[in-house]
Amino acid sequence: MSFYSGFDFFSWLAVVLIAAAVIGFWKSKYLKFYRAFASGLLIYLIYHTTPNQLWLLLGYAIFALFLTKIYIYLKSRGNDSDFVFHTVVGLALMLLVFYKISAFEEGVGGFLGISYICFRSVQVIIEIHDGVIADIQAFSYLGFLLFFPSLSSGPIDRSRRFCQDDAREYTREEYSKLFEAGTFKLVLGAFYKIVCSEICYGWMQDFFAKPYSTLTVLGSAYTYGLYLFFDFAGYSAMAVGTAYVLGIQLPDNFRLPFISLDMKDFWNRWHISLSTWFRDFIFNRFMMGALKSKWFSDRIYAASAGYIVNMFIMGLWHGLETHYIQYGLYHGVILAITEIYQKKSKFYKKSKGKLWYKMASWFITLNIVMFGFLVFSGYINTMVQDFIKGAVIIGV
Amino acid sequence: MEEKILDILSKACEDDVVKEDLNIELFETDLLDSLGFIEMVIQLEETFGITVAPSELDRAQINTPQKVIDLVLQRTGRI
Repeated sequence: MSFYSGFDFFSWLAVVLIAAAVIGFWKSKYLKFYRAFASGLLIYLIYHTTPNQLWLLLGYAIFALFLTKIYIYLKSRGNDSDFVFHTVVGLALMLLVFYKISAFEEGVGGFLGISYICFRSVQVIIEIHDGVIADIQAFSYLGFLLFFPSLSSGPIDRSRRFCQDDAREYTREEYSKLFEAGTFKLVLGAFYKIVCSEICYGWMQDFFAKPYSTLTVLGSAYTYGLYLFFDFAGYSAMAVGTAYVLGIQLPDNFRLPFISLDMKDFWNRWHISLSTWFRDFIFNRFMMGALKSKWFSDRIYAASAGYIVNMFIMGLWHGLETHYIQYGLYHGVILAITEIYQKKSKFYKKSKGKLWYKMASWFITLNIVMFGFLVFSGYINTMVQDFIKGAVIIGV
Repeated sequence: MEEKILDILSKACEDDVVKEDLNIELFETDLLDSLGFIEMVIQLEETFGITVAPSELDRAQINTPQKVIDLVLQRTGRI
């Protein structure tokens, strides 16, 4: 059984959510305890066939809890040097790094959802360092780390937001709105993932199998991009919908990404919880360091470097394979160019409000995005290798 | 004090409109992007000695000039 696919999962999900709705409409303050029970049940159902993963998941959650508690204690004793902070973050990420490096071989030490749980545990540590979080409660913290709707692939929630919802008691009217919105997202997500993404996948397979031509490369890019969107946006909508019915308002992950007018706009609309995580915890921190200590002569160079570092790390996070790193650098460089262009170009400032400019900008952005997906898929690398071996582009 | 805050904000936005309309939306209107936001935070830190962590605020908490002013007044203990 796996998350958001197959008859078994959806049957269990239906049972869990019907019970949640009964509690939500009756006395929503009990949802807090029900969520813990539901997460426990679903984690058991999904992971019990792979006991190694089950123990690693639970082990990691408990390890992160103790690590965070120890860090809070150290900080309260005035012991929060850079060394302590970096060691704690390093320990929280150790298993993930080990897993990503070993993934080339067999993937030792991993479990479903490992990278997403790390985003959540590291967010808490960084915000403790910043003085934004003073303390954590074990029950809420574990509920946040192990909340089953977003356990495997997000959306990446933030602990302070989660805990607010976790402690919240909804009036019947409020819960009914939440329930309605959640059900809608569930149905929409299922439609995206089960219908739309399947159709796009079929088209994509056809294009991928054809000999290279301008048309098949374009077709591959667009169908793969659409498939990725419907698959991940569908999953995300189901995760958010499930969470809503359980009383937690997980953040949305997609906001019509294909209408983006430029690449910065795109990253505010695509996998939003990931890009905002990177913005808050990598880009912004890098920029603060860079501007405060004046690493660069001009803020525009600092920003360019910031974008490239940020997206490079995002690429690495997807995996250590060449095409993921290329994908990260591709987006980093394009964001840097976008930034310089938008800040320096008089032409941009003069024309950005005009309709023809917006349409042209949208079209170019869409194609940059779709080409990026092709890099991400590894298709471009295979194509280059095939060319080296003597394959040719035929016709259009 | 308000004037100083608005000076910092208008410099980060590269637009004086933020001094005239205290309720203008800063992010949706493209006045303030991630970069301008950081520049503003650093300037506020240096000028008023307040700290704002990069992940601390939702954009909705700081998306108008008035909210920026309120935040600084609050942090410096003037509200």
